[in-house]
Amino acid sequence: MSALRRNATIALAIARKDALAELRGRQAVGSTIFFAALVLLLFGFALGPDSRRLAEAAPGLLWLAIVFGGLLTVARLHQLEADDGALEQLALYPVDRRAAYAGKALAGAGAMLLLGGLLLPVVAILYGVPLGAAWLPLAVTVILGSVGFAAVGTAYAGLTVRMRAREVMLPLLMLPIVAPLLLAAVKATVAAVAGDPFGELGAWLQLLAGFDIVMLIAGAATYGFLLEE
Amino acid sequence: MKTRILGFAALLAVLAATVNGLFVVPADLNQGDAQRIMYVHVASAWLAYLSFGVTAMAGIGYLVRRDLRLDAIALAGAEVGVMFTAFAIWGGMMWGRPVWGVFWQWEDPRLTTTALLLALYAGYLLFRRLTDDPHRRAARAAVVGLIAAIDIPIVHFSVIWWRGLHQGPTIGDPGKILTPSAPPLFVLALMSMLAAFTLVWSYLMIRRYQLARTEWQIEEHGRLGRISAARRSFSTESVSEEAAP
Repeated sequence: MSALRRNATIALAIARKDALAELRGRQAVGSTIFFAALVLLLFGFALGPDSRRLAEAAPGLLWLAIVFGGLLTVARLHQLEADDGALEQLALYPVDRRAAYAGKALAGAGAMLLLGGLLLPVVAILYGVPLGAAWLPLAVTVILGSVGFAAVGTAYAGLTVRMRAREVMLPLLMLPIVAPLLLAAVKATVAAVAGDPFGELGAWLQLLAGFDIVMLIAGAATYGFLLEE
Repeated sequence: MKTRILGFAALLAVLAATVNGLFVVPADLNQGDAQRIMYVHVASAWLAYLSFGVTAMAGIGYLVRRDLRLDAIALAGAEVGVMFTAFAIWGGMMWGRPVWGVFWQWEDPRLTTTALLLALYAGYLLFRRLTDDPHRRAARAAVVGLIAAIDIPIVHFSVIWWRGLHQGPTIGDPGKILTPSAPPLFVLALMSMLAAFTLVWSYLMIRRYQLARTEWQIEEHGRLGRISAARRSFSTESVSEEAAP
């Protein structure tokens, strides 16, 4: 029990450090959110001025914007460390690797949550979708989606951060992996906005939760191998 | 030599299974000759899954044992698997055109799953080429192969639900051909094709493994050559320094 508590403390400390660096530097999350909002604006141009069509496509576009913004977010969280040579120090800490992973994933999930939370009103305004009524299922969807994306993203950003052509490799590896997450999150969002007429919302949220759990375990189990190098 | 015999045996087996599938087994009543694609399509899909399973297991093995031979097996599995996956997709599209009327059927969970599978492991192969140090490459690739393998069932279920929760089942599901109502001749033809393809698979796996080992030895040779060259130039420098004063 005490080991678990100690690991939780370590994870929280690492997440807090990332959050602090972000708050003081104010580089990554702010510009990422701006980028994702810009993507949403461009989707509007790409799909034409037909507002009904835009409202129909809104859940898919929202999650694509979250995925694109998320790729930048998770890459940024590791890039900052690598630039300062802090990744080596993180690897040298005499702490459980799983705790280090949990901390980085927690920081990533927090950034993703912020991204998703701020994009929801943007989608509601730009595409004219009434999201306010379904705020509770939408919040659950965004939370589960953020955790899942951060779980995969932390492992893969750790994997690619010291590689050549990492800007290409991270999306190339991550996009097919998060395909089920995208699918389930879009379906859950569609169901939530429509008031869940077919009673399928629960199934999609379960799939998201399952994805989160599996990927968190896989990330925690393998993150140590990536830090060791 | 033994591998070469295996190669010829595989070639003969594929020829025999092809002749059987094309001319001996009668055409399907509903789908006509198009159904014959099933023999190669299903066989290559199964072998693709087998290959990716091998890649994941060999990757785990590498992480535990740190033996580069296991990494060579993982590489062989991914490369052969990508080939069989591409072949399965191509076969599926050729089959889908006459039966469904379209090359690409978004409602078919297998086709979409297989497309993601191809993307996952093509990424794996690209990823491998970007790291030079053999052990570092092996460890990173093992993690990628493992997460990809874990993702496959999730992808499969999500795609099935995606279709299933939304609308009724589509017709022409390839799996239905293998229900017990399928004529035993068809099943036999599929099994013989699968056996022949498995021989090809074994041959390709062995050859790719051997090639990876050779490549690795060349890399190692080059590295040792560079080290000794550096050492030699260093020693001549120190000699000339000693001679100078």
